[in-house]
Amino acid sequence: MDVKSSIEQSMSFPGEVHQSPTGGILLSRIDDVINWARSNSLWPLVFGTSCCAIEMMSTASAKYDWSRFGFEVARATPRQADVIIIAGTIVNKIAPVLKRLYDQMADPKYVIAMGACATSGGPFFYNTYSVVKGADHIIPVDVYIAGCPPRPEALIHAMITLQEKIKSGLTREQIRMPKPELISL
Amino acid sequence: MKLSNDSVKEKLIKKFGEQVSCFQEPYGMLTFETPKEINLKVLSFLFDDETLKFTFLTAICAVHYPDKKDKELAVVYHLHSLTANLRIRFKVFTAIEKPDVFTATGIFSSANWMERETFDFYGVNFIGHPNLKRILNVDEMDYFPMRKEFPLEDQTRIDKDDEMFGRG
Repeated sequence: MDVKSSIEQSMSFPGEVHQSPTGGILLSRIDDVINWARSNSLWPLVFGTSCCAIEMMSTASAKYDWSRFGFEVARATPRQADVIIIAGTIVNKIAPVLKRLYDQMADPKYVIAMGACATSGGPFFYNTYSVVKGADHIIPVDVYIAGCPPRPEALIHAMITLQEKIKSGLTREQIRMPKPELISL
Repeated sequence: MKLSNDSVKEKLIKKFGEQVSCFQEPYGMLTFETPKEINLKVLSFLFDDETLKFTFLTAICAVHYPDKKDKELAVVYHLHSLTANLRIRFKVFTAIEKPDVFTATGIFSSANWMERETFDFYGVNFIGHPNLKRILNVDEMDYFPMRKEFPLEDQTRIDKDDEMFGRG
């Protein structure tokens, strides 16, 4: 499936409309509706530790404009954010800060590891005295992006991938939650 | 009189005599060495002198020379005279067993963080520093990572061959 049709498909509302003389009845699962709502309004945390953050700012600004997909409400406080984009190198000194930011975010929360450093330590993998070799040593990561730094298109692709993951109920927290029964009206 | 490397050198020799040595001019920048005991005297002389006025401490850093006996660590001061637009640099050497150097924070407030960084990475103990603790690395670190006993990079790596970077 190409990207365009997959976006179109995931943008559509989950459920079906039954026409009736007075309007219509929508049949859907509340889970799907919640996931649809959550995925289309992901608020990223303003967090960047190095050059990947420059690409992230570029993605947010006019040329790439991630608000087209619902990410424009970047929050400066973890308590209002849904997704943390780890944009840059994580060193030992920032590791407890990252953990704390993640702990302060309200559930449900998602993590994107942007670029080589956040994924594995990247160029600092060998003989380092300070770099954490992958942010997933500290917090669980939902989506990884390759690149050093990744292009804005790659970040947008990762955000769309995260949206699809949420809609399909496949993020870590959704899997851990017991599946509720189908609600019958 | 326009300040030049030669006139600075002349003034220093006139003031400190034999104690300033090893004058060089790599890339046109006057460089010399002094014993570590008089580093503050040299700094304040350069700061206070009416014609020199080296009032801007650009950088402090250290160098580790593992092969120089009793001169393993060098502390390098970079100074800038804003009135004469001239930069100079001088080194003091210290033994690694007792890496004690007097702090420059009394003359330059900017030395505070620079000396903390030098302590953090090389373990130079700046005597009299108001807050000598690690600044960039984690507090729990129990070694000084820029010393030469820690390899810069795995010597067996073949993926960073110079040829691949157009330097071969």
